[in-house]
Amino acid sequence: MRNYVLGRLIQAIPLIFTVLTINFILIHSAPGDPIDLIIGEGDVSEELIQRTRAEFGLDKPLHVQYFSYIYNVLQLNLGHSVRYREDVLEIIISRLPASILLMGTSFVISSVIGILLGLYVGPRKDSLADRIAVVISILGYSMPVFFLGLLVLKVFSLQLGWFPTQGMYNIRNPQEGWGLVMDVMHHLVLPVFTYSAFQLALIFRVTRVKMQQVIKEDYITTARAKGVQERQVIFRHAVPNTLLPIVTVLGFNFSWLLAGSVLTETVFAWPGLGRLMFDAVSYRDYPLLMGLFVVLSSFVVIVNLLTDIVYRAIDPRVSFD
Amino acid sequence: MGNNWHNYFNNWVSVLGLVILLLLTITALIGPVIAPFDPEDLEIGRRATSPGATYWVGTDELGRDVFSRAVTAIRVSLLVGIVAATVSTIVGIIIGSLAGFFGGWLDHILMRITEIFQVVPQFFLAVVLVALFGASVLNIIVAIALLTWPIIARLTRSEFLSLKTCQYVDAARLSGASNTRLIFGEILPNAMGPVIVSATLLVGRAMLTEAGLSFLGLGDPSRISLGVMLYQSRPFVQFAWWAALFPGMMIFLAVLSTNLIGDGMNDVINPHLNEGK
Repeated sequence: MRNYVLGRLIQAIPLIFTVLTINFILIHSAPGDPIDLIIGEGDVSEELIQRTRAEFGLDKPLHVQYFSYIYNVLQLNLGHSVRYREDVLEIIISRLPASILLMGTSFVISSVIGILLGLYVGPRKDSLADRIAVVISILGYSMPVFFLGLLVLKVFSLQLGWFPTQGMYNIRNPQEGWGLVMDVMHHLVLPVFTYSAFQLALIFRVTRVKMQQVIKEDYITTARAKGVQERQVIFRHAVPNTLLPIVTVLGFNFSWLLAGSVLTETVFAWPGLGRLMFDAVSYRDYPLLMGLFVVLSSFVVIVNLLTDIVYRAIDPRVSFD
Repeated sequence: MGNNWHNYFNNWVSVLGLVILLLLTITALIGPVIAPFDPEDLEIGRRATSPGATYWVGTDELGRDVFSRAVTAIRVSLLVGIVAATVSTIVGIIIGSLAGFFGGWLDHILMRITEIFQVVPQFFLAVVLVALFGASVLNIIVAIALLTWPIIARLTRSEFLSLKTCQYVDAARLSGASNTRLIFGEILPNAMGPVIVSATLLVGRAMLTEAGLSFLGLGDPSRISLGVMLYQSRPFVQFAWWAALFPGMMIFLAVLSTNLIGDGMNDVINPHLNEGK
């Protein structure tokens, strides 16, 4: 197990390098001076330009530039944001908690509901409940997240006034302690609802199909034949075997889930990484955009890796060799 | 096979998908004919008019007829979806069949290249590509195709790996068929089923990606697409919500139709998934 995890971690290193290399190629193949993409356009002091040029070795041959770019990124130097006039990595870190709150809450809610629903209708194929759930899930699965967000915003916020339209907390009337927690939760409802729709539909679909397969396995028949109670058959024998593919599907769809969070945050002005990316695009803040790309890509690589490790850790049939 | 396609048309879900996609395509083809107004024509006097007899689904914040704009915009959205998916499928089939058929070092190299494209999160790479190289319909299509071909390539390769050991392929080889003939005449036709399913889903995903890019402000400014309409209507959703509703519904229907068709075809190609039905 330990060797396996170590081996996989070592395999992640070339992947991260691939991401950095792609980023480097993009910076240098895009139209314009690469310095603009590192430091940004606009009124930047000549001194800063010269310093950055030297730092990234832009006056040197391309292969030297490549290594100094990698060196800088490994030193966690992702450049400076044009709009925020701050270190790119610092801005990204400051926005991270908001995104984690949104994605984490949605993940928990959609997993619980999606799995329970899938477990319930799985053995009841073609029942009324099954059909209704399948229709709703394919609708949820096909719904563009930004469109759903706009509809939800219009109905529950602008029309009914039940929830705030944007942001993470009330800026005009700042709260403290429990008040702040309640305020953030109030702001969180609509983004989480919007963002969960796709995820929930995905989890439900996978659980349902897997449950339909598992329920036909020999060991289930054996358990039933031995006179094990139906409730026990489902929860002790069937459920553990349906959870495995859910981990894989979610893990390997992580980059699409991240994309969904960018669009959700854009609709509700949720101050996370997604909104930051929208701002970076709107203000042509290339250093910030490229920095975000490196960070988000690294997340995806790491999550894929963790998925692999978790998958092997919970499935005893897959060996660690 | 024939029986399977018979099943396909008995599967009302996928037929529904086909019908929706067909209606959207017809709308796209005859869009300019059925548009009652010039999609770009703005009139201050009719700003944000709610849906009614004259403006069937209302006008937007600048007084442009939403219906006329949407039936024009669907052309761009469908075009991006279909062209991107086609390019991506052709590239994927070529690379996948070469890798699967010849194996060895060629397979090794092609699969390493494929992996590189799969490491990076596709949507973000599309955002970066379009932001750096400019938001034109062509760039958007290229970005989407560049990011989706690995799915098709891997699928084609795995089909080739299992099909090339079949006896009918050996028989063809013994009777003197060339490699080209074996790849395109014998193996590929039998590998097409799952590839077509994925290609259909790609059309929906490409339209969704285009709309997502547009929603972030990365749509082609010189062409109206459904995503661009949503992007423009976002700040005015409070008093002109219908300007978002109609184009949004069209994107939703387009994605829904490809998902329904894909699901239906999956049932045809993997009939064992339906055992006990």
